[in-house]
Amino acid sequence: MVKIETSVNLARKVRLHAVRMVNKGGSSHIGSVLSIADILAVLYNNILSFRPNDTKWDKRDRFILSKGHAGAGVYAVLAESGFFRTDKLLEHYQDGSVFSGHVSHRGVPGVELSTGSLGHGLPVGAGMAYAAKIDNKNHRVFVLMSDGELNEGSNWEALMFSAHHKLNNLVAIIDRNHLQSMKSTEETLALEPLADKFKSFGWHVSVIDGHDHDKLTDTLNRKYTTPHIVIANTIKGKGVSFMEDQVVWHYKTPEGELFDQAIRELESQ
Amino acid sequence: MKSLFELAQHDTNVMLLTGDLGFGVFEKFEEAFPGQFLNVGVAEQNMMGVATGLALEGKKIFTYSIGNFPSLRCLEQIRNDACYHELNINIIASGGGFSYGALGMSHHATEDLAIMRALPGVTVVAPCTPEEAGEATRQIISVPGVGYLRIDKSSACEPDSPPEFILGKSRTLREGKDFTIMVSGGIAEEVMAASVKLSELGIECKVLSIHTLKPIDKEAIISACQDTRGIMTVEEHTLIGGLKSAVNESCSDLSVYPEHSLHMGINDHYVETVGSQGFLRNKLSISGSDIVESILKIFA
Repeated sequence: MVKIETSVNLARKVRLHAVRMVNKGGSSHIGSVLSIADILAVLYNNILSFRPNDTKWDKRDRFILSKGHAGAGVYAVLAESGFFRTDKLLEHYQDGSVFSGHVSHRGVPGVELSTGSLGHGLPVGAGMAYAAKIDNKNHRVFVLMSDGELNEGSNWEALMFSAHHKLNNLVAIIDRNHLQSMKSTEETLALEPLADKFKSFGWHVSVIDGHDHDKLTDTLNRKYTTPHIVIANTIKGKGVSFMEDQVVWHYKTPEGELFDQAIRELESQ
Repeated sequence: MKSLFELAQHDTNVMLLTGDLGFGVFEKFEEAFPGQFLNVGVAEQNMMGVATGLALEGKKIFTYSIGNFPSLRCLEQIRNDACYHELNINIIASGGGFSYGALGMSHHATEDLAIMRALPGVTVVAPCTPEEAGEATRQIISVPGVGYLRIDKSSACEPDSPPEFILGKSRTLREGKDFTIMVSGGIAEEVMAASVKLSELGIECKVLSIHTLKPIDKEAIISACQDTRGIMTVEEHTLIGGLKSAVNESCSDLSVYPEHSLHMGINDHYVETVGSQGFLRNKLSISGSDIVESILKIFA
């Protein structure tokens, strides 16, 4: 249980960093970062094998954030995991910084793939997983995606490809917060019945609470004979009361009293 | 194909990905190198994504499809995934220009060179002869970054004493002192025919194969501007962003200007009617006889 408690603590730190980064940078997508903070913390604390000082270590597990707009969360979890100093995080969004709003590998140790345009992560992850298969390597590839991102057709090409080639070293995690850029996913371009769709594509599907660290850890540790997709039910803006389930926090920057309140709420958790 | 076989045999990291095209061409490759061949299906975006994942793991990739499918259909994957990550991914687009002329505009690859040239770090190649295509395939995999190789159904013949092929260096397909014709792609066959005709009329044209549009051979452009009365660019491609643009950009950068400058290519529109490659060249006035006519006007 010690590990689990640590991942909860890591998630809290990721949220605090992200709120501060977004406030300093005057940037957006904080709701999307808070949505995946628990998933990131569980991955980096409990699941992934990696060496912060050897980012090209051959046996490392690969992690891709396909919803690149939540890059602040990845930068935060990498810094807390020892890839670079945490004080670098406040360079996010600043003139001349390598910490771009959408996650970038250039100049940032530990980022496997730069993303930002949706629907790119899963095909690349499938390629990495295919390479591991033909080279008889045992590491796994994890791709974290948004639910709105599933509107992009390239994902469904990759879903077919991965099942066809039985890439059971590939794990996709859907941040299922039900909100996309303008409205709910179901009002925009209905995804449900989502689990059935993935099953029919030949993936093993798990549906869990995306903020429950025990469940996340247990589920992400499991291996199947097919690729595995985890529908992680989440709340956009999780952890800051006034941001939760509010689409406006896809765009807004927490400032002034709202910023102070967000920090207070997160520090008290 | 011979070059691909040799490369795959020599290096097990070389892989060939196809978007479900190449019937009758790739079967032997798949048989010989089963672990190095992957038909990803009719899914070009995924093909480029998978290529990126494989290349990030150290594979040296060729992707293959026809016309605009391996380029425009997955352009953002080429840009964000392959180019930005500076990967060894080489796109083979079979059917440059009007190679598939009768199939309609969907299969006319007439903007690809401009679009690929605009992407940072991409080596852009449109061979003029089958020998150039073979050599380009062999060499492009050793060039860092993304490569784009446009293969044409038509082609010119090699000269009697073929000059060495080096990516980024033009090749003289015919010597001449009066005028220089620069050409990319299989439309070089029209240029070679035109140069013979012009020679009969007393005008000796130097024919330069600009097989590599990026990086372009600037020295050859300087010589052409200084040593002959003018230059003509010939391409089966829009006049925006391809060979004409590459040559003119170099002239401007180097402040070297030819006495006469002619450009044969496709004006800014799509062709509604279909036909063979030769028919469409005639229709768009980029055939051998059009080349002859244009140059004769200079010497009239």
